Amino acid sequence: MLTTPTYELTKSEKSFISQHLLFAFIALAIGSLFGPLQAFEFSGVDFYPLLEPVIQSYYQGLTLHGVLNALIFTTFFITGFLTLTTIYGLKRPLKYPLLNRIGFWTMVVGLLMAAVPILLNEASVLYTFYPPLQANVFFYFGLTLVVVGSWIEGYGFIFTWREWRKENPGVRTPLMTFGGLITMVMWQLATLGIAVEILTMLIPWALGLIDGADPQLARTYFWFTGHPLVYFWLLPAYVSWYAMLPKQAGGKLFSDSLARIAFWLFLLLSVPLGFHHQFVDPGVPAGWKYIHAILTYAVFFPSMITAFTVIASLERAGRKRGGKGWLGWIPKLPWNDPSVSAQLLAGILFFFGGIGGITNASYNINLVIHNTAWVSGHFHLTVASASALSFMGISYWLVPYLRGRRLWSRKWAQIQTWLWFVGMLIFSNAMHVLGLLGAPRRTPLGEAPYVPDEWSGHLLRTSIGGAILFVSAYMFVFNIARTWWSKKLLAGPDEEVEIPVAESVHPAQETPAKLDWWTPWLIGTVALILVAYGPQLIEQIGNIDLSSPGFRP
Amino acid sequence: MSEVPGDGSVQTSLHIDPYERNWMRLTVVLLVVFATAVTIAGFALGFQVPSPEERVDPNTVAIGDGPFGEPGLRAYPDGSYDLYVVAQMFSFAPNEVTISAGSEVTFYVTSVDVQHGFKIQNTNVNMQIVPGQVSKLTMTFDEPGTYDFICTEYCGSAHAQMYGTLTVEK
Ligand code: HEM
Ligand SMILES: [Cu+2]
Ligand SMILES: [Cu+2]
Repeated sequence: MLTTPTYELTKSEKSFISQHLLFAFIALAIGSLFGPLQAFEFSGVDFYPLLEPVIQSYYQGLTLHGVLNALIFTTFFITGFLTLTTIYGLKRPLKYPLLNRIGFWTMVVGLLMAAVPILLNEASVLYTFYPPLQANVFFYFGLTLVVVGSWIEGYGFIFTWREWRKENPGVRTPLMTFGGLITMVMWQLATLGIAVEILTMLIPWALGLIDGADPQLARTYFWFTGHPLVYFWLLPAYVSWYAMLPKQAGGKLFSDSLARIAFWLFLLLSVPLGFHHQFVDPGVPAGWKYIHAILTYAVFFPSMITAFTVIASLERAGRKRGGKGWLGWIPKLPWNDPSVSAQLLAGILFFFGGIGGITNASYNINLVIHNTAWVSGHFHLTVASASALSFMGISYWLVPYLRGRRLWSRKWAQIQTWLWFVGMLIFSNAMHVLGLLGAPRRTPLGEAPYVPDEWSGHLLRTSIGGAILFVSAYMFVFNIARTWWSKKLLAGPDEEVEIPVAESVHPAQETPAKLDWWTPWLIGTVALILVAYGPQLIEQIGNIDLSSPGFRP
Repeated sequence: MSEVPGDGSVQTSLHIDPYERNWMRLTVVLLVVFATAVTIAGFALGFQVPSPEERVDPNTVAIGDGPFGEPGLRAYPDGSYDLYVVAQMFSFAPNEVTISAGSEVTFYVTSVDVQHGFKIQNTNVNMQIVPGQVSKLTMTFDEPGTYDFICTEYCGSAHAQMYGTLTVEK
């Protein structure tokens, strides 16, 4: 048997990861102010006039909400968390700590550079920044630097893994590290879309070097990245669900092999599906939309493996804790641990999100809900619950671990996770119904002239759900802030916070070696991208028409 | 990342629990069912999505002598219509249209400035309107009534005000 040496993170490693989290939580705190304001506006309670002149419009607020929550909070949390899963999983320090520091500070500079125009209302173009809406050029520079910084951190993880591989030939990469590496490699490939969009079109256009943009081609570039972006948000949560949560629940991972197969399939299938966000676009042939729809169904497969493996792991844990009968294991899970309850509730919300996702992906059925409130309802179950609520759950052990301080209030944390769950059920259900009734997204519905009376009950439910979510978000932020700067240091070994590492039922070393071998999967991934995107990229780039001048919203 | 993993592998065959194997089979069956349903709806029943129609110059499309120079309804002897719509911040031209029940309408929509949306409430007409492109869908209106067509993509400060109405008369 292999010996597992223990590894204790150094002070500077802990503080490096903490810096990531600090930026993530500040982004979440500010971004989460606006979500509720949007939700209140829907039932006619409009706070925006009170915010002038700091925030001038609903759309400046919506840009802040989308950018800070969906791009900044996630990216900083993910790079920080995956730094931990890299070094703790491999039990060795980063190969080039300086490289990772450079990556991190590049992201910080990018964030600040993008924040200035957004706060000056010079970039109220929402987080998708579709041209011909045009932002101040520093918004595009800033986003570019955030992405480049995340690339650099990813290279840092890869170099570290290669070094570990040399030292440990034939050993299976620990699952938590493996999942993190897949996330970052996928991200490198996926972000090529917006990199090309921003560097070859939007920046020259915003600088006046070219007269126009090609809005259709820009959408194709954007969604090349936009779909795998959702897997960049989700896979780190899966890392926790597979490689940590079973341990926190008192059990083991049901199958290490299938966990790895699922991660490989996510690498393979994350990118070549982007046209499913463009089903109603005029400039993409229906046949290609159909192909991407079918490929999207294929990602359903690793998602179902994940559902099975995670639930089976939890079931074993619940039974070990004395659960009997079909469902008797569920109440036996350690629900009183807020880190566990957050992730279990996130998983339940994600189940509903998955069902809605199949609807979205279904080609012509998409016409019913495209650009409606349904879509917002959907991704608050996915990114704002499966990911964000899981990240909150992770934070409940991670922050005490990194800061060496006791969680300020476990009780608050428990209540917070349930409030998110209840608030989100109300909010997202109302948004889904509104979408089916035809309510558009990205619209201050409180002032839209065409809103029928029939919608008002659901608009009110959106506001109520939003209020509950607001309380929950701030209970989280408050709890974390009190913990962060708490005077109560962890006292002695029995208060020690452990990083949860789930063993698997069959030891990882029994997983077939080929499931730890990158080459065939990378070749397959690139090949599938070329097949699914190559012909359309050649055609759309070949017919590029840079004739759309910019409009400042 | 190309190293072939060396020794140290205790076992190389993949172990899959029988329950999980069945679950995976069930998943595949479900996927085939979904894909078939979508395929039938799309290709046999004709519930189609937009496809490339025409490229235009957004700066001149609404001032030339093309159909968008004079947007509006074109009626044909067989009772069907073409409707040309120009979307711009923050209105549709035309924004009031009347047709008779039972007629088939083909919508052609383009934008002269930024992206917009074109969604006719309570129907399956829903399109992204992209400058430089013409979005096209066809729909038959059997039920008399008033249908709002609304902008569903953020296009600037007064996006929420952007809509028109289609009246279907008996
Ligand atoms: C604090 C609780 C939250 C509430 C009440 C809330 C509410 C809302 C509402 C009402 C909208 C729709 C606005 C519109 O379409 O006009 C929205 C959009 C959005 N939200 Fe949230 N949200 C919350 C938290 C989050 C979190 C945690 C995330 C991601 C991590 C998130 C990501 C997004 C994104 C990406 C959009 C779309 C923005 C766009 O269309 O450009 N939200 N939110
Ligand atoms: Cu997608
Ligand atoms: Cu519009």
